[in-house]
Amino acid sequence: MAEARFTVVGGGLAGLMTAIKLAESGHSVDILSIVPVKRSHSVCAQGGINGAVNTKGEGDSPDIHVKDTLRGGDFLAEQTSVKGMCYAAPGIIYLLDRMGVTFNRTAEGLLDFRRFGGTLYNRTAFAGATTGQQLLYALDEQVRRHEVDGRVTKYEYWEWLGMVKDEQGRCVGSVAMDLRTAEIRTIPADAVMLATGGPGIVFGRSTNSLINTGSAAGRAYIEGAIYANGEFIQVHPTSIPGEDKLRLMSESVRGEGGRIWVARKKGDTRPAKEIPESERWYFLEEKYPKYGNLVPRDMATREIFHVCRDLGLGVGGKDAVYLDVTHIPAAVLDRKIKGVMEIYEKFVGDDPRTTPMLIFPGMHYSMGGLWVTFEPGSNNEPLVGSPKNQATNVPGLYASGEVDWAYHGANRLGANSLLSCIYAGQIGGPAMISYAKNNPKGTAAVGQKPFDGAKKVWMERFEKIRKMAGKENPYQVSRELGEIMTENVTVIRYNDRLQKTLERIQVFKQRWERCNVLDVSNNFNRSLSFMNQLWNMLELAEVITVGALLRDESRGAHYKPDFQLPEPKTKDPREDPDWMKAWAARNEKWGKVTLASYSPNGPQISYEPLATPVMAPEPRWYG
Amino acid sequence: MEPTPSTSRLISFRIWRQESPDHEGRFEEFKVPYYPKANVIACLMAIQRNPVNAEGRPTTPVVWDSSCLEEVCGSCTMNINGRVLMACSSLIDKLKEPITLEPLRKFPLVRDLAVDRQRMFDALKKIRGWIPIDGTYNLGPGPRQSPKDQAAMYVLSTCMTCACCLEACPQVQVDNQFIGAAAISQARLFNMNPTGKLNAEDRLRGLMAEGGIQDCGKAQNCVQVCPKEIPLTTSIAEMNREVTKQLFKDIFFKDEEREDAAGPA
Repeated sequence: MAEARFTVVGGGLAGLMTAIKLAESGHSVDILSIVPVKRSHSVCAQGGINGAVNTKGEGDSPDIHVKDTLRGGDFLAEQTSVKGMCYAAPGIIYLLDRMGVTFNRTAEGLLDFRRFGGTLYNRTAFAGATTGQQLLYALDEQVRRHEVDGRVTKYEYWEWLGMVKDEQGRCVGSVAMDLRTAEIRTIPADAVMLATGGPGIVFGRSTNSLINTGSAAGRAYIEGAIYANGEFIQVHPTSIPGEDKLRLMSESVRGEGGRIWVARKKGDTRPAKEIPESERWYFLEEKYPKYGNLVPRDMATREIFHVCRDLGLGVGGKDAVYLDVTHIPAAVLDRKIKGVMEIYEKFVGDDPRTTPMLIFPGMHYSMGGLWVTFEPGSNNEPLVGSPKNQATNVPGLYASGEVDWAYHGANRLGANSLLSCIYAGQIGGPAMISYAKNNPKGTAAVGQKPFDGAKKVWMERFEKIRKMAGKENPYQVSRELGEIMTENVTVIRYNDRLQKTLERIQVFKQRWERCNVLDVSNNFNRSLSFMNQLWNMLELAEVITVGALLRDESRGAHYKPDFQLPEPKTKDPREDPDWMKAWAARNEKWGKVTLASYSPNGPQISYEPLATPVMAPEPRWYG
Repeated sequence: MEPTPSTSRLISFRIWRQESPDHEGRFEEFKVPYYPKANVIACLMAIQRNPVNAEGRPTTPVVWDSSCLEEVCGSCTMNINGRVLMACSSLIDKLKEPITLEPLRKFPLVRDLAVDRQRMFDALKKIRGWIPIDGTYNLGPGPRQSPKDQAAMYVLSTCMTCACCLEACPQVQVDNQFIGAAAISQARLFNMNPTGKLNAEDRLRGLMAEGGIQDCGKAQNCVQVCPKEIPLTTSIAEMNREVTKQLFKDIFFKDEEREDAAGPA
């Protein structure tokens, strides 16, 4: 094959790993990113990256990692990719080690590992509590090396607007806008990787960066890419509420021994330190003796909600519980989780080493995303090099990272996201190369026509946006969208409220038409770009909400009190045959992937059975 | 839920407005509702939702860079009341009013509070800031490292390219080439790494080029403004010593001898 040219959209872990794989194979890569890639949202990941390296004599193995991940995801994850990811994990951690990631070490000089949620093993490699930042920097450095060698070209402060498709409907390039000049340009490519992250800003305040609007995924969906399992939204149990965002307080805090508690007595107004041990309720440890504070995130979040909202036991009667590390020596905290200790100190003003932190769940991650496929090899892992891996239903369009749907099912385990981003990039890059090989004429043969057409569409769209002079403020509309999505489409879901949310989204769409663009300059006009993003956010909000409305069950992070199975008669539900029968019937009906296809009248939803070649579904049970 | 303002108190802001480098710049005043523990970014977001200045006249939303709002992405650096700070971690309660926001002055202005910090990323190219691994295939673990070395390197690797150190440096000017403390400290990071040591000389050569470490005037402002408390002046001193050693090697040894003279890595 002649040298191919590829586009990678997004400069987080998934995008950069894709770019490295492509460049390393001698191809040219254009990276589009709305921020300098070193500022991508991967920097926010704190706690670590999972891999069953088994350095603590615990008998951990990739196979147990697979099972923990599938169980944690309540059997809605794509099993082939999960197996491939978990088996690749130790090698990925070693690779990052070789790239110079400053992972914490043991006295013997080996990589150190710590506990995380949803597992009983020390499986999480970490660099203080800024592991995502350290990993992103390592990949950023490798990409810079390829940039110096001329294989990678960065388009930073460029926003991906949409695809260019040829007559057969193949993606042959992108339309992008230079945010600093409003120039719109088409960029041909032999294949395009979307690695644009999650849609946190659809929920207004979340643990996500402001750039995580989900706009690119929303646009790809409008242009025909299927969006899968959109309703599965992770709400992280421990975040610091704030006016501008909810700051993440890493699961590693509990991995290092942090304990969650409230006062047993309702209305106890004493400061935390004056409440004696016997009058504290460590509700997670009491309810889940085996996993304690490290039950999967969806479960911890629901328990905290229950304690605050149903029992009224939140600190000060409010939405808050204690996350306590004051029993751990300050030197240990500084060595292992200093980054997040400082975040709490800087933004709240209290020192968590001496005063228990006040935390509450916050929207964090989307398990769902663009639907992609995998070609299983004989070992039920993705066949590396197959053009089908990480491929969306639009030929030539790939997706990796939080923007894809595959690896986490109904609930993601902590420290699996960094891993899935890197693994998806590792197999996504080779998939794009194989795809390009199968199109020997390449994009050059397509001709100029589709590019001119696509460019014209976007020039006209932005001309229209530029003339918008109504009374509505797009940032205000976005804020109201976030409020109702957080209220009705996160932890606890009721069909009447979901229905009402859908009606509100329609109203938001009408209000979008009456928006004022606020700024008509060509120079770094944020409002112009945001107006376009906001529409894509509204489309994605609809996909998420319709998916939640139609899925009448509880699974992982998707919880509907009205459709709960009855309580089992035994403590371990697997010992209650009647309950098991009900569970099996439920799983038969709903153990399927939600597929959303765009239509102007709203998302068209269908369900696809999920292949389970690696592990048969079973009820989650964390004793 | 939107928190209700606890009082009707308004915060006064003076914000630098400049549509482009070719336009005239000026301050514009704003009044923003007060919230306890609000930070500068939260107030800029409030202006986006209601872009009206203190005189009651509609205006364009302020343009600035920000992303993570947790002081880890390095985007939102600006001059706040005359000091270079991260806007996300600058809490209103700790700032004197009117709060004056100005762009970084050592970098080309893009618009309002947004500037172009590309020179910092270019500096990382000059110092060859990466570990030249053989490839991304699986070659087993990297070299062992002591927890003490890891701790030292970890601090250096929390540099988020925010530009505080360059802004505070008297030697950095918008039209000169000095690479600044951040890149010098990164060179030290990679030269400390057991694999990075193998090509330490490449990075030293980067530091010896035009705009390199010799342009440091030892004002020591950098270390005082670093939001991550990176020991930047220690890095500069270490690298200065290494560069000097390299200079002597260059004087006294021929090319083919230099490698031996360097001793085992």
